[in-house]
Formats: sequence, C-alpha cells, structure tokens
Amino acid sequence: MVRRRTGPFLVGALLALGALLTAFPFFWMMTTSLKPIAESYTYPPTVLPSTISLDSYLRLFRDFDFGRYLVNTVVVVLIGFVGMFFVAMAGYGFAKFRFRGKNVLFLLVLSTLMVPIQVTMIPTYLILNSLQLTNTLVGIALPTLVSAFNIFLFRQFMTTIPDELLEAARLDGAGELRILWSIVLPVSKPILAVGAVLTFITGWNSFIWPLIIANDQQNYTLSVGISLLNKQLAINPPLQMAGASLMVVPIVLVFVIFQRYIVQGFTMSGLR
Amino acid sequence: MTATAARHEAPARRFAFRTPWRRSTLVPYFLVGPALLCLLTFSVLSIFVAAVVSLTNLDISGLADYGQVRFIGLQNYQSMFGDPAFWEALGNTAFFVLIGVPTLVIGSLAIAIALNFSRSRFFRALRAFYFVPAITAIVAISLIWGNLYNSQFGLLNWLLSTVGAAPVAWLTDPTIAKFSVAFVAIWRGSGLDIIIFLAALQAIPPEYYEAAAVDGADEWQKIFLITVPLMRFAIFFVTVTTLINWMQFFDEPYVLTQGGPVHATTSMSYYIYQQGFRYDEFGFASAASIVLFVIIGVVTALQLRNRRNADV
Repeated sequence: MVRRRTGPFLVGALLALGALLTAFPFFWMMTTSLKPIAESYTYPPTVLPSTISLDSYLRLFRDFDFGRYLVNTVVVVLIGFVGMFFVAMAGYGFAKFRFRGKNVLFLLVLSTLMVPIQVTMIPTYLILNSLQLTNTLVGIALPTLVSAFNIFLFRQFMTTIPDELLEAARLDGAGELRILWSIVLPVSKPILAVGAVLTFITGWNSFIWPLIIANDQQNYTLSVGISLLNKQLAINPPLQMAGASLMVVPIVLVFVIFQRYIVQGFTMSGLR
Repeated sequence: MTATAARHEAPARRFAFRTPWRRSTLVPYFLVGPALLCLLTFSVLSIFVAAVVSLTNLDISGLADYGQVRFIGLQNYQSMFGDPAFWEALGNTAFFVLIGVPTLVIGSLAIAIALNFSRSRFFRALRAFYFVPAITAIVAISLIWGNLYNSQFGLLNWLLSTVGAAPVAWLTDPTIAKFSVAFVAIWRGSGLDIIIFLAALQAIPPEYYEAAAVDGADEWQKIFLITVPLMRFAIFFVTVTTLINWMQFFDEPYVLTQGGPVHATTSMSYYIYQQGFRYDEFGFASAASIVLFVIIGVVTALQLRNRRNADV
C-alpha cells in the first residue's frame, strides 16, 4: 500500500531532476545572452546575470545582418509549407488508391530515408547548379521540400479515413483534388498539425543546404548567420548565446503550443 | 465490416462508379507525382549521379570545365581502401554507433515508460523538457555546448573545480572528445525517440494493465511482461531509424570539433564531407559516400531479415 503512494512520487522526482538537467543548457543560453560581455568571462561563472543587458540582441541586428537572415529563414519555411501540400497529395494517393507500381513506389519513398545526406550533397549541388537555382532561397528549400517521413505519417493517418466519406463525394461528382481539399484535409487536421510543426522545424533549422547553396550573404539563413558568430576570432559568449536564443526560442514556443498534437499525431499514425 | 463493404459494392456495380474509377487510373499518379519527382530527384537520382561521379576524377577544376573529367575506373576506391584515415573514420563510426544506439534506445524507452507512469498534469508538463533538445538547431546547440565545454571559462570545469577535481579537456583530448561529442548527440537525439515511444505506449489498451493488476502483478512485472513485449514494433522502428542516423553521424563532429582532435571524432560522414568540400575531391568523396550507403543498406536489410525470422 505504501508502494502505491511512493512509486509515482519517486518516478516524478527522478523525471523532474532529469528534465531540469536536460533543459539546463537552454537556461544557460538564455541567462548568458543577457549578460554584459565582461561578466561572461568571469570566473567562477555567474548563473544569473547581475545586470540584464539586451546589447547582444541589438548588436545582432545592428552590426550583423540578422534582420535579413530572419526574413530569409521565414521564406524558406513558407516554401516548405508548399511542399507539405505535395506531401498531403502523395499521402492521399498512397492511402486511398490502388494502382500499378504502388508498393514499389512506396518502398522507394521509404528507402530514401536511408540515403545519407553526404551521398546527395554533391549530386544535389550539381543538379541545382544545372537548374540555375544555386544561391537562391528556392534552391535552399528544394532538397528538403518533400519529406519521406511525412509521406509515411500522412499515408498511415489517411488510411483510417472511411471510404464511405470519399465515395459519397465522388457520387456528387467532386474531383479528387476537390475531395482532398474539402474532405480529406479537414479530417486530417491532427496529422497536418504534426506535418506543419515538423516542416517548420526542418525549414527553420536547416543548416547544411543553406551552407552549401547560399554563396551570397544576401541569401544566408539564421543558421548560417549564427555559424559565422562561431568563426569570429574573439569569442563573445553573450553574442553567441543571443544568436542561439534567436533560433531556439521561436521553435520552443511553436513546439510547446502544438506539443499535444505531435504526440497525438504519432499515436494516430498507428506506430506501435 | 462486411456489411459496409457490401453496401458500397451495390451502387458501384450499377452505375455511377464505373466512370470515376476508370478516370482514377491516372489520378493516383497525378497525386503522388509531384512529391515523388522531388524526392527521387534529390535521393535516387543523386545516388546514380554519385555512383557515376565516383568512377571519375571530378574535382574543382572539373566542375568548372567538364571536358577535364576522365573516367578512372575503380581508382578512387582503391586509393580509399589504402587510406588509413578511411579505416579510422570507419572505426570511429562503429564506436559512435555502439555507444549511441543502445544508450538512446534503452534510455529513451525508460524515460518514455516513466513519463507514461501517470497521466497527471505534472507528468505531461515534464515531457516538453525532454523533447526540446530534439527540435533545436544543431548550430545553436553547438554554440551552447561549446560554451559549457570551454576549457577556460566553461561551466563544466568550474563545477568540477568546486569538488576539487582537475579540469577536463572536453573537446581537445582525443579520447574524451569522442565521448563529449557522442554525449551531445545522445542528449539531442533522445527527444524524437521518446516521442515515438510515448505514442506507442499510449496506444496500449489500459485493459491489459487492469487485468494484470487483478492478477497481482507489480509495476516491474507490468513493464517487462506487458509493455515491452507490446512495444516490439516501436522498439524495432526506433532501433532501425536510430542506427541509420548514427551511421550518418555528422552534425556534432562538424560543429563541435571539426572532426578533431587528430581525426578522433572524424566519422565516415565527416570524412566524406572533408574529401568533397574541403579538398574538393568530388570523385573520391563520392566513392566514399557510395561505400557508406552500401554499409547502411546492408545493416538495415540484415535487421529487417532478423525481424522477419523472429516473427515466424
């Protein structure tokens, strides 16, 4: 009987400790970003800043071009959302139609998950180069425009949509794109939320492709901009941490707001 | 099930369905087409391009003028197998896989089971903390950990000094750097695995646990006799995806140590990147990338086969 009570309490306490340790680097990032430069070098290090200074954030926008990097990153994310519509189309096609070569094609989709990015780096650069898309934001977004993992999730979810619903619409003479838009997508909201969050994360965090494809400062994204802070000769911890915060905080906010949908979406994709 | 199926066959046979279905023979291709085109261009087509390039001497001058590119047969592969750095990178990758994959799979499963222990608001609030590292940009993470690991003003060495321990060269000692880099990747990778495990846990019908409780099973018995066996597919899925990820291990060595000190954290992927984009030996790098791809394919195929045998 005593076990019953202490069990959850003990597990909860251990988990809370683990959670604090896991999240600590982010706490450290935030507090360091608010420290005046001199304080960040002091030994022993201070945990909380003695005076809160927003200088580092201001410098990112004033001395560096982070305003432009931010806009570029948002554009890359938006292009990614266009790609998500292709993902939804493909998920619907694989979930609700029988056609020649379907299984082979779906297996092909899944097998692309195994292809290391290092194999595709050079060929992708050559392909984009021949399409004259290097050094453009579209070029940065294109290699990750369609995610095989998302196609898998969408297909899994859309398989559960009752055929009756679609057949009724077909009898009414609706075209397949119309059915996708006005019936399939609205019932697929949970998986759309998962897809949208994953797409946002991919686009926002994308690093290797902008690094390779953007030669011009004008097309840099936040991640490339921040990696430049790492290459500066004099290490400036608050400036680096301000840059890191600028990248991390929006994503954490999006994630916390949509967290519920994410676990739910994975559950509903029938992965057990 | 049969009743609804029968109801729908009836009108189909009679009229309206004939035309839409015949029209629909092309519709699915139209639906999956754009996504496949994108996906296959940048993966399947890429592999063929890489395979062809791996048989050439393509380098930076060849990129400017394709006329200089020559087929050199298997020379790239030969010189790669004779390169000690290649074998070291292969060994490092094996080390990272052996450290990372078991830790991640077992650790994430344990944390997910613990998080699923209670449905209370407190437990649900804790989840987000474990997920966050998985969704943050590697560039930001490298800055944060670079700061924590820093040997002069880093927090970790200061914490060690408070208990009287000597400072540790986290990223500059070849052996310790391997573990430091792997640790950041484990910290970052756990979130996604925990999400997948949690989703699978929540799909287990509660009746099983209620029945077990009636039979007098304690918590440990519930975990090992009900949860783990029912999670077989999720465990398999997470193991395969985590293994694939770690065989491609790249980000952490790239941003934290640039493969150093003295190649200690150079993984296969980093070796390929270095050959391709540092030394501009595109042909040689493509050969190395094909070898890595074959290794990943073989390991994954073996796992799929083992699973099929285990199920029979």
